[in-house]
Amino acid sequence: MSTLIELKGITKTYGQGTASFLALRGVDLRIDEGDFVAVMGPSGSGKSTAMNIIGCLDVPSSGEFLFRNVHVEQLDRTERALLRRHFLGFVFQGFNLLARTTAQENVELPLLYRGEPAAVRREMAAAALAQVGLTGWEHHTSAELSGGQQQRVAIARAIVTNPTLLLADEPTGNLDTQRSREIMDLLVSLNEQKGITILMVTHEQEMAAYAKRIVHFVDGRVESDVRQQEIA
Amino acid sequence: MLWNSFLLAIRGIHRNLLRSFLTILGIVIGVSAVITMVTLGNGATQAVKDQVASLGSNLLQIRSGQRMFGPPGSGGRAPSFELTDVEAIQERITGLAAVAPEISRTATVVSSANNWSTSVTGSTNDFFVAGNWTLAAGREFTKGEIDGGQTVCIIGETIRRELFGSSLPLGESMRVKNFSCEIIGILVSKGQASMGRDQDEIVVMPIRAVQRRLTGNREVSSIQVSVQSEGDIDRAKNELTELLRERRRLEQGEDDNFNVQDTRQIAETLSGTTQILTMLLGAVASVSLLVGGIGIMNIMLVSVTERTREIGIRLAIGALEREVLLQFLIEAVVLAMLGGLVGIVLATLASIVLSGVMSVPYVFDPTINLLSFVFSAGIGILFGYMPAQRAARLDPIEALRHE
Ligand SMILES: Nc1ncnc2c1ncn2[C@@H]1O[C@H](COP(=O)(O)OP(=O)(O)O)[C@@H](O)[C@H]1O
Ligand SMILES: [Mg+2]
Repeated sequence: MSTLIELKGITKTYGQGTASFLALRGVDLRIDEGDFVAVMGPSGSGKSTAMNIIGCLDVPSSGEFLFRNVHVEQLDRTERALLRRHFLGFVFQGFNLLARTTAQENVELPLLYRGEPAAVRREMAAAALAQVGLTGWEHHTSAELSGGQQQRVAIARAIVTNPTLLLADEPTGNLDTQRSREIMDLLVSLNEQKGITILMVTHEQEMAAYAKRIVHFVDGRVESDVRQQEIA
Repeated sequence: MLWNSFLLAIRGIHRNLLRSFLTILGIVIGVSAVITMVTLGNGATQAVKDQVASLGSNLLQIRSGQRMFGPPGSGGRAPSFELTDVEAIQERITGLAAVAPEISRTATVVSSANNWSTSVTGSTNDFFVAGNWTLAAGREFTKGEIDGGQTVCIIGETIRRELFGSSLPLGESMRVKNFSCEIIGILVSKGQASMGRDQDEIVVMPIRAVQRRLTGNREVSSIQVSVQSEGDIDRAKNELTELLRERRRLEQGEDDNFNVQDTRQIAETLSGTTQILTMLLGAVASVSLLVGGIGIMNIMLVSVTERTREIGIRLAIGALEREVLLQFLIEAVVLAMLGGLVGIVLATLASIVLSGVMSVPYVFDPTINLLSFVFSAGIGILFGYMPAQRAARLDPIEALRHE
């Protein structure tokens, strides 16, 4: 397995002077291609901060962050945007779909920024929606979908570009157990069948159990990093 | 990328139809105001020119004062004309078809059935020659009536209709202000009214009657001179100027305190005023266009705040700063151009209707239409840039967290 991302001594400081706050205090982490990693830890332990840095939405205060051996901490805003566009997919706790926009249009959005022609967009979006089990719901707007369905649309939008890495920050945080399990099954199948590397933050032990590996954050550091037994 | 941004902008507009409509309202009003004002102004200018041209090109108009529409003081200081000036012109200058003195006052004219407020003009029979009037019925003034200032009237079609309905009032009397006046003639209708002025609303009396009964002095406010042949107009003009300078005892080098204008000059003077008015109205209206632009900026700024999360999503998905900028900028420009188009359509409708109401010709002005459209697009860029830049510079993490 080749290394997809590598964090070396990552720190992140918010604010300045006496008001400054050290959210990450030297994080070292390596994730291989094809892995499924769950990140756990108490509130405020720096999980989201780490996710934002790995998602190229933010830059570390110090340390090195390599994505396929590229030093992301040295890239500018535009280069990081292009990295997101071509290699990353995001799923958020709050779904974050565009309001008054159909499922189809939401899923097509990343393809639009990639400059795919309309016919290709339509086809790929339909395929992604089929993959999350939403065939027939293409023309419903977010308001007409349940929470679980909205999160599926968000996942479809994240995977429609065939990303290398899928980042999910508490994807089941707003869902009941039944919907949460369905989402986790979906993530597992994406990981296994499409080989998408997944990094997921969760509070719940049950959801973390779906992952291949669990990383524990405490006080801005990685406290434990456990590979789960393969479920035979 | 441009096309994609355009597509996104159109979707953005479509998703917020009501807001989009409110956004462009200012531009719509501004553009339609500018175009309507300028179009009507052009029509009014055209109407003035047409009207003066219809007087024919062998007419000269003499007024006291230096300019036709100078400030009140400049005309007031110059002595006005008297009937002796008219007699002198008739005696001393050859080749004239008519020399008509004119003085008029507004007065109420009353018949047994009705009354009407109108302008009463005092002149001589030459008035009908100079003004191209013919009698439909009755007769002109007699020499005795003119010299003696008899209270006899020749009236236009509108006055006849308003005061006497369908009857022919020859020989009947009407009251003008506080005296009675016998109607001796009816003028043939000139028909077309222009800029709300009805040419047939006319009452003519011997000039001495008007001076004695209405103005109370011997002044003649203007003299219309009709030249027999058009080619003679410059000579007549020079001779008139010389004669009047002499009669007014102007020294060599002293400026004229009167003016002699041919129809071309009259048209220029008159249309000059309407043109200045047009520009003024256009300028005032373009302020509303600017206000419309500020409206766009305002609503685009609100829109950026409202759509912060959306912008965050776009940035997270991989939209570049310049793509977000372009999307919002194009949204503003498309909105502004849409406003411009709607404004042009409204202005065209309004101009056609209003020019009908004001009886001025509808003159389509391609320049002002194009200019307003381009200007509104420019306003979209100008006022859309700041909100667009604000959107593009958002921090994606902050934006995503935004409620
Ligand atoms: N933009 C920010 N400005 C200041 N402090 C922040 C900011 N974002 C996060 N923090 C702080 O950093 C710490 C880690 O936050 P976060 O990474 O969101 O934790 P987690 O996701 O594990 O709950 C928290 O104490 C939080 O208050
Ligand atoms: Mg968090």
